[in-house]
Amino acid sequence: MTDTATPSPPAAGERYALNPMYLFRWEPTQDSHVLLYPEGIVKLNQTAGDIIERCDGKRTVAELIAELQQRYPGDDDRVAEGVYKFLEVFRAKGWIRRQA
Amino acid sequence: MPKDGSVVRLDGQGKPLWLVLELTYRCPLKCPWCSNPVDYARDGEAELSTAEWKRVLREGRELGALQLGFTGGEPLLRDDLEELVADASALGYYTNLITSGVGLSEERLIALKAAGLNQIQLSLQSSERELTDTLVGARAFDLKVKVAHLIKAHGFPMVLNVPVFRHNIGQVEDILALAEDIGVDYLEFANIQYYNWAMVNRDELLPTLEQLQAAERAVQAARERLGDRMTIYFVIPDYYEGRPKACMNGWGAIHLTIAPDGVAMPCQEARVIPGLEFESVRDQPLGWIWHESPLFRKYRGLDWLPEPCGSCSEKEKDFGGCRCQAFLLTGDASNTDPACSRSPHHHLITEAIAQAHAPGRKLQALVMRNDRNSRLLAQGGGCGSNAGQKGGGARLTVARVEVDHV
Repeated sequence: MTDTATPSPPAAGERYALNPMYLFRWEPTQDSHVLLYPEGIVKLNQTAGDIIERCDGKRTVAELIAELQQRYPGDDDRVAEGVYKFLEVFRAKGWIRRQA
Repeated sequence: MPKDGSVVRLDGQGKPLWLVLELTYRCPLKCPWCSNPVDYARDGEAELSTAEWKRVLREGRELGALQLGFTGGEPLLRDDLEELVADASALGYYTNLITSGVGLSEERLIALKAAGLNQIQLSLQSSERELTDTLVGARAFDLKVKVAHLIKAHGFPMVLNVPVFRHNIGQVEDILALAEDIGVDYLEFANIQYYNWAMVNRDELLPTLEQLQAAERAVQAARERLGDRMTIYFVIPDYYEGRPKACMNGWGAIHLTIAPDGVAMPCQEARVIPGLEFESVRDQPLGWIWHESPLFRKYRGLDWLPEPCGSCSEKEKDFGGCRCQAFLLTGDASNTDPACSRSPHHHLITEAIAQAHAPGRKLQALVMRNDRNSRLLAQGGGCGSNAGQKGGGARLTVARVEVDHV
């Protein structure tokens, strides 16, 4: 476990990876990315899928944000803010983990 | 939904997201709360063949099924299990094996891993060897603990499923310690639901409210202590809930079970309801059964709801509860589930609780799930206090498919 009991919010230099308990993939019948886990399904919207796809334990949060700013040009601040917010939610749900 | 610690959003968009295959009713254990039909040993059709199960897998996937449960009986008694898992994985299912652990050798674990099995749900009945072995009617405890460690050693996500009833409800802390030692990822305390064999043994199995509250406190303390190291589910018995469970997230909404002989059902217990027209995958395409058959349309949606459900503000939350329980307790499957305090039949629940805990009631031996008792019960014979009542099961009645949207 890399998360502490009282987690700090995600920071630009950190790296996040999918919790190995979850399977992330594209699901054609839902026309979306999904997370699958024991007896559970999470259907992800496009933004959530874009972010989790890049939680590979290698990219830093800053790199992830830069990629999404390229993908969704126009309002860099809003994209960055959105990524931080999503990462915090995903981490709290246990889907992703902060790498040491 | 009588389960805390989980998020459930109900939107299958008309797809059977959760497909459960009961590969066989055969089982090495004799659990007296088994969810299989009490008359499972009657002469009936043969189990589906490997090729027939593969056709079900293909048709289910075409309908949009994502989560797949292999259960039974004991699914490991099918020697084509690995072949079916491999087929299901290739089709894109998330594959869950729901097992007693009996027969799960290291060789089979390796083969199942290679076949693409995603997770294993192992049952455990007690933290004590002697009580476990007595309750399941076989020497199973040591084997189960060994299998649990093997499952983790081979890197499977693991759900430890503990059916909860009067005999083990005081062991929550010991079971938690055992689960921690094994390194379980998900621990599910599932208060049994009273159908089928559990209904036959209801007076002996139903815990008291005080026992239930103590168990809940122990679970809450463990959650705070363990944080995100282990997810702990606690399924409350609806007898004490005052509101019915959102059984299967609604009839024909997201859940589809196929019995060993190919009969398709909205839940594992539905066969107990008389007068329904059951269809077999041997005779009909799965898509027709799911979308069009009278059985699956019978209680689908909210339009059929009786009063007091029809005008109830909570109808979209619980869909009137469980059809099988409504039938078992009131004799009419289209009644409001008597587990609801607003049901005119709710007294049947409070009376059942009072009966189980009546001072001076003579304790009865548990009616074990075995072929002999099954044949007796099939004839309506007397080997239990409620021997005339057949039906409904325990484990998956509260379908734990969490469907979340982000």
